[in-house]
Amino acid sequence: MATVRRNSIISAGLIVALFIVLYVMRQQGLMSAYWAMILDLALITTTSAIGLSLIYGFTGQFSLGHAAFYGIGAYVAAFITKSYGATTLNFTLALLAGALAAAVVAFLVGLPILRLRSDYLGIATLGFGVIVKVFFDNSDKLSKLLGGSMGMTGIPRITTFPWVFWSAVLVILVARNLVNSSHGRACITVREDEIAADIMGIDTTRFKMLAFTLGCAMAGLAGGLYAHLYAFLHPKSFEFLKSFDVLLIVVLGGLGSLTGTVVAGMGVVFLQEALRDVLGQEFLEWRGVVYALLLIVLMILRPQGLMGGWEFSLDRLLLRRGKGGKARGAA
Amino acid sequence: MKRLLVGLLAVSMLVLAACGGTQAPGSSSGPTSSSSGTGSGSGDKVIKIGLIAPLTGNVKTFGESSKKGFDLALEQAGYKAGDWTIEAVSGDDKGDSTEGVNLATRMITQDGVKAIIGSVTSGVTIPVGLVANENKIPMITGTATAEGVTVHEDGTRKEFVFRACFIDPFQGQVAARFALEDLGVKTAAVFYDKGNPYTVGLAEAFRAEFEAGGGQIVAWESYAEADTDFSAVMTNVAALQPEMLYLPDYYNKVSLLAKAAKEKGLDVPMLGGDGWDSEDLDFEALAGNYFTAHYSADDPSPAVQKFVQEFEAKYGHKPDSFAALTYDATNILLEAIRQANTDDTDAIRKAIQDLSGFQAVGGSISFDDKGNPIKAATILKVSADKSYEFVTTVNP
Amino acid sequence: MGQLLEQVVNGLQLGFVYALIAVGYTMVYGIIKLINFAHGDVIMVGAFVTFFGLVRGIPWPVAILIGMIVCAVLGVVIERLAYRPLREKGAPRIAALITAIGVSLFLENFASLRIAFGPDFRQFPAMVTRAQWNIFGVTISSIQVLIVSITILLVLILQVVVYRTKIGKAMRAVSMDMDAARLMGINVNMVIAFTFAIGSALAAAAGALWAAAYPQIWPYMGIMPGLKAFTAAVLGGIGSIPGALLGAVLMGQAEVLTAAYLTTDFKDAVAFAMLILVLLIRPAGLLGKAGPEKV
Repeated sequence: MATVRRNSIISAGLIVALFIVLYVMRQQGLMSAYWAMILDLALITTTSAIGLSLIYGFTGQFSLGHAAFYGIGAYVAAFITKSYGATTLNFTLALLAGALAAAVVAFLVGLPILRLRSDYLGIATLGFGVIVKVFFDNSDKLSKLLGGSMGMTGIPRITTFPWVFWSAVLVILVARNLVNSSHGRACITVREDEIAADIMGIDTTRFKMLAFTLGCAMAGLAGGLYAHLYAFLHPKSFEFLKSFDVLLIVVLGGLGSLTGTVVAGMGVVFLQEALRDVLGQEFLEWRGVVYALLLIVLMILRPQGLMGGWEFSLDRLLLRRGKGGKARGAA
Repeated sequence: MKRLLVGLLAVSMLVLAACGGTQAPGSSSGPTSSSSGTGSGSGDKVIKIGLIAPLTGNVKTFGESSKKGFDLALEQAGYKAGDWTIEAVSGDDKGDSTEGVNLATRMITQDGVKAIIGSVTSGVTIPVGLVANENKIPMITGTATAEGVTVHEDGTRKEFVFRACFIDPFQGQVAARFALEDLGVKTAAVFYDKGNPYTVGLAEAFRAEFEAGGGQIVAWESYAEADTDFSAVMTNVAALQPEMLYLPDYYNKVSLLAKAAKEKGLDVPMLGGDGWDSEDLDFEALAGNYFTAHYSADDPSPAVQKFVQEFEAKYGHKPDSFAALTYDATNILLEAIRQANTDDTDAIRKAIQDLSGFQAVGGSISFDDKGNPIKAATILKVSADKSYEFVTTVNP
Repeated sequence: MGQLLEQVVNGLQLGFVYALIAVGYTMVYGIIKLINFAHGDVIMVGAFVTFFGLVRGIPWPVAILIGMIVCAVLGVVIERLAYRPLREKGAPRIAALITAIGVSLFLENFASLRIAFGPDFRQFPAMVTRAQWNIFGVTISSIQVLIVSITILLVLILQVVVYRTKIGKAMRAVSMDMDAARLMGINVNMVIAFTFAIGSALAAAAGALWAAAYPQIWPYMGIMPGLKAFTAAVLGGIGSIPGALLGAVLMGQAEVLTAAYLTTDFKDAVAFAMLILVLLIRPAGLLGKAGPEKV
C-alpha cells in the first residue's frame, strides 16, 4: 500500500514537472508559437478522443457522431463567453456548460439509440451527426450570434496552455479511474459480450449510458477549448468526416488502451503538421496522399492498434512487478 | 496514481523532439531559394511572403488557380519589389479553418513571412485574417468576399486585412440594373448557397436593387455546398415562370443549376457574378447569358493583356477569376512593398491602404476605409465557343 | 397533382442512382461485414473513366462498360492490397473499417493530383440526346428513362448472378458462414474478390448515371452519394439486395419531397431522422433479418 501511495506522489510530481517544463519552454520561446499551438490542438484532440475511447474502446459502443458532440460543446461555450464577456469565471462556466450540454444531448439521444447494436448504432450516430451539422448550418435562425453556415465569429481567444493541459489531465484521470473501477470492468464486460453481461446481472443499458454520456461530455469540454483557441467556428469543422478522424485515433491507438489513445491523438495531429516540413514546397499537394497511405500501412501492420490493449504503468516501471496485459477487444 | 500518466510525459518528449527537429533545419525554401533567411543584415534585402490556399481537399482547383495567379505575378516581377528580393512560401489549408489558422501561425511565427496572400474561401479567410491582424502582418485575400473578413463583428476594422475583389453588393446592384434596364424583365428567381457569403451577398444586393427598381422576386431558393440535385426546387421554380434566373455562384454550381433549369424547361435568361469566369464553365448550357466580372480579356489595357497573354503562355489555358484576383492581390502587395521600401509590416500596411489608382487586371484600384477596393465592373456575355463577349462597363 | 407526380419522378431518378450504389455496399457488407467507405470513391473513379471514354467519342454504352471493368479491377486490387492482409491476420473488423477510410482518403487525394484526374470540376457530356415526354401531365426526360432502365437491367443481371449461378451460390454460402463455406471447399478469397468486382462495377455504372443526371464530376463527388446510399442500404436492411433497393427509393423520395415541399435547408436532416426512426422501430432495417448478434 505504501508503494501505491509513493507512486501516486511520484506521478503527480511528474505531471507537474512536465507542465512546468512545457510551460517554461513556451515562455522562453524554445517552442515556437506555431508548435505551441499545435501542441494545444493535439491536447484538445486527445481530450475528445479519450471520450470516444471510453465509449468505443472500453464499452464497445460504435459511435460515428463524436464530432457532433465536440461541436455542441464548442457552440454552447462560445455562445456564453460571446454573450456574457470573457472573464475567467465565465470561461470556466462556459466550458462546464459546453460539456454539460453535450452530456445532456448525449443522454437524450443515447436513451433510445443505444439499444442498437454495432454497425447499426454507428450509422444511427452518424445520422445524428449529419442532423447536428444541419442544425449548426441553420443556427443563425436561432440566434444571430451563432452565425449559421457563415461561421461564428467574435469568440474571445482565451484558451491558454494551462487550461488545455489540465483539462487533458483531468479527463485522462477521470477515464483512468473509471476504467479501473468496478464500473469500468462492467463496461468492458458489455464490450466483450453484451448478452453474457446481461445474464451476469450487469445493467448493460446503465453502463452504456454512463460511458456514452461521460465520453460525450469530454468531447464537449474539448469543443469549448477549441472554440476559444481558434476564435472561429464553422459547421464544416464538425461534419461527419471529422468523426472519422477521432475514431481512427482511438482505433490506431488500440482499443481499450488510454495510453494508445493519448499517443495516437498527439501523433496524428503532429503528423499532419510535420508532413508540411517533410514534403516541403514541391510536394505540397501530396500531403493528403501520404497521410492516407501511412494510415493504411499502419493499420495493416498493427491491426490491433499501436498499443494493443497495453497500458503504461508506473508500477511496472518502478517495481518490475509483472502484471498481465488487459484483455484486448475486437469490435 | 499509477500508470499511463507518465505516458503523457513520454509523448510530450516525443513532441518536443519533433519540434526541435523541425525547427533546426530552418523553414523550407521558396522558389528563389535564397539562403539569407529573413534578416536584412547581409547586403541583399530579402522579404518573405506567404500564400495560403486550399492545395488539397475538395476545392483544390480554386487553390491551384490562386497559386497560378500568385506565381505568375511574382515571376513577372522577377521576385523583386523595388530593392527587395521576394522569397515566397506556399501552404495548404485544405479548405479547413483549423488548418488555415495553423498554417498562418506557422508562416508568421516560424517562416517569418511579412505579408500573406490568401486564403480563398471566406470560411478560412476570416479566422486566418484574425491571426494576421493580431500579429500585425498585412494580408490581402483575392477572393474572400464576406464582410467579416476585413471588419470585426462590432464593425471595427481589422487594420491589416485587405481584399482585391469586389465587396458583394456592387456586383448584385449592377446585375439588377442590367436585368431591369437592358433585359427588360420584371420577375426573377434567385438561387444562392447559404453557406457561402459570396453568393449570399450578391443575392441580397440583387434582390434589394431589383425590388427597388420595380421588379419582383418570385423565388428565393437556397442550397448547401454539397448539393448536386436541384430537380426538386427547379420543378417548383419552373411552375412559377420567372422571366430570369439570378445565379451568383461559382462556375461549378452554376453549370449544374443551368442544366437543371433547362431540364425542367426553364429557358430564360440567366445572370451571375464573376464566379462564372472559368474555362470549366458549361458554355453550352450557359451560352447567351450574362455575368458581371472584374475585367474582360478583350480589354486593351496593358495590365489585362499582360496578365491574360502571359498566363495562357505559362499555363496553357485561360485564367479564371480566382487566378485573376489572386494575381491582383499579389501585385498590390508587391507595389506596396516597393513603395514602403521596408520590411516593416506596419509601413507595408499603410502603403496598401494609401495605394491609389493602382492599375490592376480588375481596373484601377484604391481602398476604402474598410479595406475594400473601389473599382468598376464589366458585364460579359457567354458564347458557346468558350469565349465571352464584352457588353458594357459600369462604374461604381 | 401533376407537380407532385413530377417531384415523385425526380425522387425516383435520385433513388435509382442511390440503389445501384447501395446494392454494392450491401453485397460487400453481406459477405465480409465491412462498411466499405471507399465505395463512394469508386463511384467517382467510374464516372471519370466513363467521362474520358465519352470525350474520346466512344459510344456511351461502351464507355460505361469500360468504366465498370476498370472499377471491377480497382475493387479487386483494393480488396487484395488493403483488406485481405487484415483478414488473413484475423484482425478485428474495425481495423478494416479504418483501412477503408484510409483507402477513401487515398482515392480522393490521389485523384485530385494533376498526374491523375486533376481537381477540376468537369462538365459531363450528355450521353443521350435530351428529350422530354409528357405523360399524363408529368414531364419525363430521356435521362430519367436511361437511369431507370439501366438500373433495372443491372439489378436483374445481379439477381440472376446471385441466385442462378454457381459463383452466386458460393457468395450466398460465404455470406451465411464463411468458415463453413471454406470447409465445403469454396475458395473464399476468390468469392470475396468476385463480390468486390461486382460491387465496384455497379458503383462505376452508378457513377456514370449520377454524372448523367447531375452532370458534373470532381474527385470528391462520391462522398455524399456514397453516404446517402449506404444509409439507404441500412434503412432497407443491410445485407439484403431488395432492402437496398427499397431503402434507396425511400431515401430519394424523402430528400426530394422535403426539398420540394418543406425546405431545402433540412432535407439531409429529414432523410437521416427517417433512418434513425426506422432503426429504432426495426433495429435491423426494413427488410433486414433481426436476430441476436453474436460478435
